[in-house]
Amino acid sequence: MADKVLMKGNEAIAEAAILAGCRHYFGYPITPQTEIAAYMAKRMPKIGGTFLQAESEIAAINMVYGVSSAGKRVMTSSSSPGISLKSEGISYLAGADLPALVVNCQRGGPGLGGIQPSQSDYFQATRGGGHGDYHMIVLAPASVQEMAQLTIRGFELADEYRMTTMILADGTIGQMMEPVSFDFEIKEEPEKPWATTGTGMKRAHNVVNSLYLSPEVLEIKNIERFEKYDLIAEKEALAEEYLTEDAEIVIAAFGIAARVAKNAVNAARAEGIKAGLIRPITLWPFPVRTFKKCLGTAKEIISVELSMGQMIEDVRLATECKVPVSLCKRVGGMIPSPEEVYAAIKAAAERTGE
Amino acid sequence: MVVFDKPRALADVPLHYCPGCTHGIVHRLVAEAIDELGIEGRTVGIAPVGCSVMAYDYFNCDMIEAAHGRAPAVATGVKRADPDNLIVFTYQGDGDLASIGTAETVHAAARNENITIIFINNAIYGMTGGQMAPTSLPGQVTQTSPYGRDVNACGYPVKVCEMLSMLDGPEYLERVAVNNVKNVRMAKKAIKKAFQNQIEGKGFSLIEVISSCPTNWGMTPAKALQWVDEKMIPYYPLGVYKDRSAGIIPGAKEEAK
Repeated sequence: MADKVLMKGNEAIAEAAILAGCRHYFGYPITPQTEIAAYMAKRMPKIGGTFLQAESEIAAINMVYGVSSAGKRVMTSSSSPGISLKSEGISYLAGADLPALVVNCQRGGPGLGGIQPSQSDYFQATRGGGHGDYHMIVLAPASVQEMAQLTIRGFELADEYRMTTMILADGTIGQMMEPVSFDFEIKEEPEKPWATTGTGMKRAHNVVNSLYLSPEVLEIKNIERFEKYDLIAEKEALAEEYLTEDAEIVIAAFGIAARVAKNAVNAARAEGIKAGLIRPITLWPFPVRTFKKCLGTAKEIISVELSMGQMIEDVRLATECKVPVSLCKRVGGMIPSPEEVYAAIKAAAERTGE
Repeated sequence: MVVFDKPRALADVPLHYCPGCTHGIVHRLVAEAIDELGIEGRTVGIAPVGCSVMAYDYFNCDMIEAAHGRAPAVATGVKRADPDNLIVFTYQGDGDLASIGTAETVHAAARNENITIIFINNAIYGMTGGQMAPTSLPGQVTQTSPYGRDVNACGYPVKVCEMLSMLDGPEYLERVAVNNVKNVRMAKKAIKKAFQNQIEGKGFSLIEVISSCPTNWGMTPAKALQWVDEKMIPYYPLGVYKDRSAGIIPGAKEEAK
């Protein structure tokens, strides 16, 4: 068995990124994700990499744009208010079809909000966040091990589809310590013939650009990008299913909320309630098929979120409102207790009981 | 014998700039410098948002189009991706560099980032149709200062070379103009030196080029060049503002000189 080390979730992201071949990190301090920057500041100089504390979140994402243009794996990380600032750059990355990894270790909002964990950037992440028609691939880890694993997968997906992958974590998973194994198989990075690496006087110049003044051309560009998105939705949607086979009350929850919900599902099962859990691992693409599958037995779905109810809209869309979908939430940095989620399951079981 | 030829690094396409605009001259000077230094194959240029937004079509080296004002940050990324090989330059206007991108400019300079910046100062937003720029002169009439730039209401012009010269970081800052033959020749020398500095690893070089915008100034090209002489240059004096290697360090303390 591979050796495990005890690490914070944020540190696991940083170490996994280095394993994935990322040698360029740009960031700006913000709680609760600064461990990533601190880890990179220590490690990068020792392995010939670049750690640079940018003058702003905006500068950091544009430095990412530069490294990505030059064909290298690159990342930045921040927390909610910082991601809003980076959203301009993320839109440009999308418009120029550049790969990048962006971590959002979410905190409560809006505005300066708080520094405690939250999932209230779900809409921002899954709808793109910046201006224009685009998506990011959004991965939602629920453990320190997954922080590492999804970071490596995130770089692969970003390169394969030439787009931004966002790790949508939260303050809890970022800060908590768990044993993590780095025994990963690292795939070779793909060639990037489109990158601005210098022509070497051997080829026509490459141009990285998101400007298309002809509406006919820009329309085609957008449609082509969405054909790629359709392919990703078909191939890459991922969810964990827990006791869903016969579940009448199905919890939908991701990240830290799913960890809490799993305890509540176990408690409900002990009471004879047929409860189960669907934990989306990809938030975009949303695991629609997994949700459709549960409709055979489900009488009600409860979306457990650290927001005022954002993912619940995707659950309703995925299940075409064929069963009631209710919300169990805490916000502002609060996390629901297993008892609160259990109470929601029990109430749903009573509502839907014959 | 060939006396004059199109630089190799300049693409053989018509430029979209207005008649009498000096962007064409500066593009040629940049391309000549790239040719003479033999660096086209390892140069990456970064275009701004503004009139020169489509500069990516005009140079034969690899090119990137950046978000408004962010070119120095993008250049930082590109340079850090391959510092031993790539030569990176940005080409930015006054709104891009001295307004929305001030932070990126100042901090790239403070880091002495080993890049070259060509800064076109024509005291106006050209592409959007002639609005007040951070470098518009006091009293200058523009679309958004229709009664003349009122310094009490909207402040004073930003003197970029003077401002950056107070930083310890940058290697080389020079202000030039392209309104007559003599000034064009001096501009060429400065631009080439700004690239040479990067090749030698000396760090951040910024050349501010005082330019004209006949269309949005509402002048003939000839009158616009005259306005550069009579109005712009007195407010923005030409010359070397910092050249660390040559010992020109205005921000240094007496004992450090």
